[in-house]
Amino acid sequence: MDLTADFFALFGLPKTFRLSLSELDSRYRDVQAQVHPDRFANAPEGERRLSMQWATRANEAYLTLKKPLERAKYLLELAGHDLQAESNTAMPADFLMEQMEWREAVMEARAGGDHHELEHLYQRLRGDIDGRYVEVAALLDDARDYALATDRVRRLMFLEKLLYEIDDALASLDD
Amino acid sequence: MSYSVKVIDHYENPRNVGSLDKDDSSVGTGMVGAPACGDVMKLQIKVNKSGVIEDAKFKTYGCGSAIASSSLVTEWVKGKTVDQALSIKNTEIAEELALPPVKIHCSILAEDAIKAAVADYKKKHGE
Repeated sequence: MDLTADFFALFGLPKTFRLSLSELDSRYRDVQAQVHPDRFANAPEGERRLSMQWATRANEAYLTLKKPLERAKYLLELAGHDLQAESNTAMPADFLMEQMEWREAVMEARAGGDHHELEHLYQRLRGDIDGRYVEVAALLDDARDYALATDRVRRLMFLEKLLYEIDDALASLDD
Repeated sequence: MSYSVKVIDHYENPRNVGSLDKDDSSVGTGMVGAPACGDVMKLQIKVNKSGVIEDAKFKTYGCGSAIASSSLVTEWVKGKTVDQALSIKNTEIAEELALPPVKIHCSILAEDAIKAAVADYKKKHGE
């Protein structure tokens, strides 16, 4: 095994956005079993340390590849495309306006304790996000248009955050 | 993570929350967003005939540091000319609010929001 291999290579998976989660799960379990600390309990210090490094690396790889947004960000990173997630604050005005409206609607529903409306917003956003990942898959795996994929992933970062906020609002109403 | 006293003050008593008429020729509107945290910020300035900013409003959806950064800059830009407003640096905002390194992007968002608002105003006036 090679510690410098990318996360896809680590699990022997193709470097694509479209990915079988069940296959990822089973490859992860294979690697975990190979590097499990119990197997190295009586091994020399160096080997034990190496197995720990492997276990850590495998965890990081699994968590990155499992979530579509993290996977897309990682693929762009491998392709050498910087998302400038912190430094570049320019986004199309219509997109930002839409984001403002979404957040306003969520805030109002949360303040009004409107569970039904929050559920509705969640379902609508979930559908929107799913559709966007289909587009991202086509851009990354088929068209290999990394510049456009970068723009789409930047948008998805806002939407995933919003989805998390709606989820959080729903949880706070359930309390 | 703990917020500084100044951040908490601006967060609990935000200055100048609201909107100005974006179609008014004396108003410049800047909208920016930071993908890293999903924060969205709208900052508007109202400029009088001598080029001085006489009013500023903001609307920010984001964390306490983002709200405090935008609240602070609406206070700072009032009374400044549009060109003076452009000289506000994110490092000054971060320093004033004692933002930790992971929240520096909130101050970048506020600086960029002023720049965008001034650019919108200048565009309306053919500069």
